[in-house]
Amino acid sequence: MASKVNKTINEINEKIKKGKAVVVTAEEIIDIVRKKGRQKAAREVDVVTTGTFSPMCSSGAFINFGHTVPTMKAAKVWLNNVPAYAGIAAVDIYIGATEPAADDPLNKVYPGEFRYGGGHVIQDLVAGKVVKLRAEAYGTDCYPRKDLEKDVTINDFPSAILCNPRNAYQNYNCAINLSDKTIYTYMGPLKPRAGNANYATSGQLSPLLNDPYFKTVGIGTKIFLGGAQGFIVWPGTQHNPSVPRTKKGVPRRPSGALFVVGDLKKMSPKWLVGVSILGYGCSLAVGLGVPIPILNEEIIRYVAISDEEIYTQIVDYGYDYPNGITKSYGEVNYKELKSGSIIFNGQKIPTVPLSSYKKAKEIAQILKEWILEGKFLLTEPQQLLPSA
Amino acid sequence: MYSKIIALRFPKEIVDKPIVVNLVKKFDLTFNILKATIFPRKEGILVMELRGHRKNFNKGIEYLRSLGISISITGQDVRRNQEKCYHCGTCTAVCPTGALYIIRPDMEVMFDSERCSACEMCVAVCPARAMEVSLDKVHVL
Repeated sequence: MASKVNKTINEINEKIKKGKAVVVTAEEIIDIVRKKGRQKAAREVDVVTTGTFSPMCSSGAFINFGHTVPTMKAAKVWLNNVPAYAGIAAVDIYIGATEPAADDPLNKVYPGEFRYGGGHVIQDLVAGKVVKLRAEAYGTDCYPRKDLEKDVTINDFPSAILCNPRNAYQNYNCAINLSDKTIYTYMGPLKPRAGNANYATSGQLSPLLNDPYFKTVGIGTKIFLGGAQGFIVWPGTQHNPSVPRTKKGVPRRPSGALFVVGDLKKMSPKWLVGVSILGYGCSLAVGLGVPIPILNEEIIRYVAISDEEIYTQIVDYGYDYPNGITKSYGEVNYKELKSGSIIFNGQKIPTVPLSSYKKAKEIAQILKEWILEGKFLLTEPQQLLPSA
Repeated sequence: MYSKIIALRFPKEIVDKPIVVNLVKKFDLTFNILKATIFPRKEGILVMELRGHRKNFNKGIEYLRSLGISISITGQDVRRNQEKCYHCGTCTAVCPTGALYIIRPDMEVMFDSERCSACEMCVAVCPARAMEVSLDKVHVL
C-alpha cells in the first residue's frame, strides 16, 4: 500500500533548523498513533527518538597516548593495571571493556567480583580522572625506549575514540536457570529451578526494535552515544537479520546489532559506566539512542510498536546455553516481563531487568531535546544495514 | 506491634550464653534470625528481626545492652550510592526481604533500608557497585 505521507531526511532537517520539527520519544509515539492513526501521525511527527542503557560487552576505545622522548613503540600497555591491546602502532592501543585488571583473582574465589576492568578505565578517563599508564617495549633503532610509566588523563591523549563492535542488540533472550544451583551469568544471577527470569532490552524504547528491517538506520546514521554524538559505522558483529519475526516484523530473538564510533573526549561518565558482573566479568554500560526519521506511514507503523507486541524466547542458561543448545522454553512479551513476574510452567516467577528502562527513557528525552533545539541534525545513511 | 531488623555484636565473654531466648521469656518478643556468625576469636554477630510491643522492645534492647552487646539498626549498614545506581534492577533478583524493589511503570529501583536485613547479597551483584557496606556503626540504639 502506497504511503500518502512521504518525507525526506533533508526536508526533516530543514524543519529542525527552523525549530518546526515535531519530535517525540518511542514511548510517546505509541499513544499518538493509537489516537490519531498512522497517516495523521506520520504527517505530524518528524522524528521518533529511542534509547537504551545496559551493559554492552563488545565495547572499547582506541587511544593514541602520544609520542615520548626518547621515542617508543609500545608492545605491552596497561591502564590502571588493565592490559590494553598494543599490537597496532607505536603509541596506539585498544582498551576493551571486558578486560579485567592484570592481578584480578577472576573466578578463583567463585563467584568472582571483577571489581575493575577496561570498562572502569573508560569511565575513569571520561570522568577526567588520573589513570596510570604503563608500557613496555623491546626497543628499535627508531623507537629506543623500553619502558614508560606515567600518570595521564584523557586530555593528554591526542585521540581517544569509543569504538564498540556490537551494541544495541535488536532483542535479547529472557534467561532462566533450570539447573539446581544458582549460576552467575552475563544475564545476572539466576536462581535454580527457574527462580527468576532476567531480560535485557528496553523493549518499546529499544533503537533497533523500532526499525526492525533497518529502513532508516544505516552506515553514517548519527546517534546519541555515551552522552555525545556518535555514528553507526557498520552492522554490529553477529548482526543476523534472518530470524523468525512477528507479523509486524519484530524479531522474536536476538538479531541485528550496531557497530558504533564516537569521540570519547566528548562523552560523559554518566552514560559510560564501568560494570562488574558477579561471576562473569567486567563490562561497560553504554547509553545509546537512535533517531528514527518518519519518512512515511510504513516507518510510523514500526515505531508505534509497544511492549506487548515485542516477544522474546525463554532460554535456559543452566545447561542449554553453555552447551550451545538453542531451545526455547516459551515466548514472553515485554509487557509481561516488565510487570515483575511471568508464568512459567504454571509457576509465577519474578522477572529482573538488566537494562535500565529509566535511563533509556532519559536518553530518548535528551536526544529529543537536542533535535528540538537544533543541536542535532539527522544524517542520511550511506548504506542501510543488511535486512535479510 | 513494633518491629526492626537489628544487628547484635556479642563480646567473646558472653558468646556461649543463652541470651536471645530471654527476649522471648522475659519480654514477650518474637524474633527471626536472618544471619549469625561467630568469628575466629569468638566475637559473634547476629542479625535478626525483633518484634513485639514497643515498650517490651525497648526493655529487650536495654537488657541486651546491659550484657555488653552493641546494637545497630542494620539499615544503616547497607547504603545505596545514589550517584552510582543506574536503576537497572539486577539487585532485585537477590534481595531476600524486598528492601530493593521496582516501582512500575516508571521502572525506578527503590531501596527501603527499614526492610534491609544487611545480608549484603546486593553488594556484589550490583553491576555499578552502588550498594555499599558502611563500616560506620555509630548509629547505636
